[in-house]
Amino acid sequence: MKSAKDIWVFGDYRNYFQNRVTLQILARAVDLATTTGGKVCAVVFGHNVNNYVAEYIAHGAQKVYVVDDERLSLYSLETYSRLLTRLAKEYKPETILVGATRFGQEMAPRVAKQLGTGLTADCIDLEIDKKGILVQIAPSFGGNLIAKIITPVQKPQMATIRPGTFQEQPHDDNAIGETIILPLPKDLPEDRIRLISSEYRPAKKQKIEDADIVICGGRGMGSKGKFKKLFDLACLMNAEVGATRPVVYSEWISHEALVGQAGKNIKPKILMSFGISGAIQHTAALTDADFIIAINKNPNATMMKMADVAIVADANQVCLGIIKALKEKIRD
Amino acid sequence: MLNIIVCIKQVPMVSELPWNSKTGTLKRELAEGMMDPASRRALEAALQIKENLDANICAVTMGPAMAEEILHQAKALGADEGVLLTDRRMAGADTFLTSHILSRFIQREYNSFDLVICGSQTSDSETAQVGPQLAEDLGIPAIGYINKISVKENTVEVQRHVDDFFETLSMDLPGLVTIDLSAYKPRYLALEGVEKAFENPDIRIIDAEKLGFNDDFNALKDSPTRIIDVFSPTTQNENRVLKGAVKKLVDQLFDEYGKVISSGMGKDLKTHEHDEV
Repeated sequence: MKSAKDIWVFGDYRNYFQNRVTLQILARAVDLATTTGGKVCAVVFGHNVNNYVAEYIAHGAQKVYVVDDERLSLYSLETYSRLLTRLAKEYKPETILVGATRFGQEMAPRVAKQLGTGLTADCIDLEIDKKGILVQIAPSFGGNLIAKIITPVQKPQMATIRPGTFQEQPHDDNAIGETIILPLPKDLPEDRIRLISSEYRPAKKQKIEDADIVICGGRGMGSKGKFKKLFDLACLMNAEVGATRPVVYSEWISHEALVGQAGKNIKPKILMSFGISGAIQHTAALTDADFIIAINKNPNATMMKMADVAIVADANQVCLGIIKALKEKIRD
Repeated sequence: MLNIIVCIKQVPMVSELPWNSKTGTLKRELAEGMMDPASRRALEAALQIKENLDANICAVTMGPAMAEEILHQAKALGADEGVLLTDRRMAGADTFLTSHILSRFIQREYNSFDLVICGSQTSDSETAQVGPQLAEDLGIPAIGYINKISVKENTVEVQRHVDDFFETLSMDLPGLVTIDLSAYKPRYLALEGVEKAFENPDIRIIDAEKLGFNDDFNALKDSPTRIIDVFSPTTQNENRVLKGAVKKLVDQLFDEYGKVISSGMGKDLKTHEHDEV
């Protein structure tokens, strides 16, 4: 019954995006399990969730723990975290991985606290060291550095994983997995948080995550007024505008536009990066960009080193120059 | 009276960090401190609640002695009390231990609290874990990433937009909320606030012993997580570097990469300024 080396992946499926994150983490868990020897298990809570159970098996889960109950039909932080804690105490997995969605970021800390174990936030990679310990790799110190973090004593080892960090495996209909159906315990305390209303309200249509061209601006644009020119450029290029954290904190643009940790991951064909030095919180979200054009006065900025084309100049001036050129070049 | 505790943090001004890319080290002691932007929003939420009902706001931070600065700032903005939890033995606490230390303070020194408010995530580590873990340690319910809070007697009603769901939720007090980075734009320091802070400049300073931790307590050692290595992100892309006057740079960009840009845009571009088709 006890499963000391298993890796658990929390089945977060509430919307399409969250479900992709679960599949991405499953793929990595499969890699890690080849070293550790344990099983890859998904944990799914909800009502009528058979399709997710099947999907997680098709994506690498060898075992799925399911609690399917009408009372779990809506996501509930308190009930879900207590349930996960209880299962973890009973089955003793070595590791629990949770997607760093908003829900995951709220639930995982509570589970870690209940279990008395460590938790690393928003990992951008995971490894197994020689002793079989999970090495959790996450941005640190304001994104200027990357830290390798372990939970050497307590178990399970827990981490939340940034969406888009890993690549999901192809769907395999022939994959076989064991399903363990568990009842909802009768003695779970009542939820102290009351849901008055919940409405699915996806963000605006052309999401920055799916845009072919993304124009990102940093503090190097100079001012809020100059930053706004990026929207003119975006309009000409059918692009979406993203921003770094200092820009969002300075309120040049809303938090929705944040690219990087606590914000969005992007995968454009072209990324144009204006006046961005390149803290890891930001750059880790750019690894899937096909072609990067960076503009910065400082040729040694990390962003400039990452770029395919690095233009050493004032970001605002180049922005204005490109706008002017495009107005002439776009055929009517 | 509603007793509100606001947890705030002093953070380095991230964009100005004196960071040595050769040695991969960070001169933290040289980094100038400021109140974490999310903490400012947490404080703002508390101040707005106090505008409508009788409330006492206690701002608490854990950090080195210099973190006292942000408590003065919080008081100048309208907090009634400032508390600094400081001790060498608290240094190096991970989120598990940080939330435990804060919880100890609240339970021992402030047992009649109603509402705890935190920022959703600090700008330096951005874990977003201390708020939820503090709630768990205190045994109270918590709602994260809220945009709006209203207090009615012994309950709070909040709104938030998370994972594409727009939700209205409520909970009984005591409880904890974390304020989303998009909400409660912080006010600027008003002159009358500064004067008030000077009238009552006291900051309570509390060490590990006063919180009841025994002699063996050491946050770095007692934290379940351990940092084993820190390194700088390296990138060694073979790239094309363009330099010169802006006009020339823009022309060069379109001459060399016009096709890439045009295919990304899904629009044809004239290959040369003056060519006519």
